[in-house]
Amino acid sequence: MPTLLEQLNNLDLLTSALMGGAAVQLQPITGDVPVVQVSIEGRDELPIFVTCSDLQIICLCYLWTDADVRPERRAELMEALLDLNPSVPLSAFGRVHGRFVLVGALARAARAEDVAHEVAVLSDNALDALDALADYLK
Amino acid sequence: MTVIKKLVTLLRGSARELGQSVVDGNATRIYEQEIIDAKASITEAKTELAGVMAKQMQTAREIERLKAETLRYEDMAVQALDKANEALALEVAERVAGLESELAEQTQAHANYALQVSRLKDLIRTAEARVREHEREIGIAKTTESVYRATQSISESIGATGSQLNSARESLERIKKRHEDLADRMAAAEQLDQEFGHRALERKLADAGIGDSDKVRAAQVMERLKARRAASGGSNA
Repeated sequence: MPTLLEQLNNLDLLTSALMGGAAVQLQPITGDVPVVQVSIEGRDELPIFVTCSDLQIICLCYLWTDADVRPERRAELMEALLDLNPSVPLSAFGRVHGRFVLVGALARAARAEDVAHEVAVLSDNALDALDALADYLK
Repeated sequence: MTVIKKLVTLLRGSARELGQSVVDGNATRIYEQEIIDAKASITEAKTELAGVMAKQMQTAREIERLKAETLRYEDMAVQALDKANEALALEVAERVAGLESELAEQTQAHANYALQVSRLKDLIRTAEARVREHEREIGIAKTTESVYRATQSISESIGATGSQLNSARESLERIKKRHEDLADRMAAAEQLDQEFGHRALERKLADAGIGDSDKVRAAQVMERLKARRAASGGSNA
């Protein structure tokens, strides 16, 4: 099994092609597990992080934190996220250590093309979700 | 207890612990070994099952054969009796008796095989269910591990570079401001363009008959056509 970065060869170009030619940059992040940060031109505040386990490739986009949420609208937000979850293609809302995320997963042996597609959809969904749910945030 | 149920129990306790608790290295290793063992027994059981099913079919055929033979010899015994040949009839009757006891044996064997088949099928089904469950548990544990560890690395990396995380709303605003032509779901941005954008002004000018738009030139074209019509002397029938 090649390293994650090797497997994601040309992910930047593939993703760029899917995002209307926007410049895409890949950046490995140091740590226990392999993580690659994907930055898309125009959406630098919403990088996509690609990591993997034995069985999956996981794409993450961090949307907001617990601290960002308006306390009085918190419960409503949770309901909204739950209701939205089944509808959002290839991505799921979640929370990790107080950070709200959109997560997408693929098979460990997925091709770079498939990961690129997942990244593009995830990025669009993230922007869309952030915009749509901004009212719940401070 | 199933793994998601375990997770929910953990969540009720302390959400912060979730990542660490799910990822119990030993549990994963134990499950992995159990899966290997279970798969081995499934393979073994399936081979055995094939063998027993074959024997079951064989005995079924034997039973049919013995039944047919018995009938045949019974007929012949009756024929011997008809010919008043008691001695011969007795010999044939002995043969029939022998066939009947063989039949009883085969019937018993067949029933035993059927039981074995049923037992093996149950075994296989249970083992397969166990494998599925363990694979599911391992999948969840490993996904959790990846997601939590990745988040940790990412947090540390952000912390290390010293860059402040903007609030989510600020990030959104920056992205939106940056994209004036964001041609997708940014209804708000599109509205701004409609109200204050370039084309709106041109449209207003065109409506007022100013500038070089099709609307304005249409009026000029009309003038030209009317003039030409008048010059050619009225109607063109």
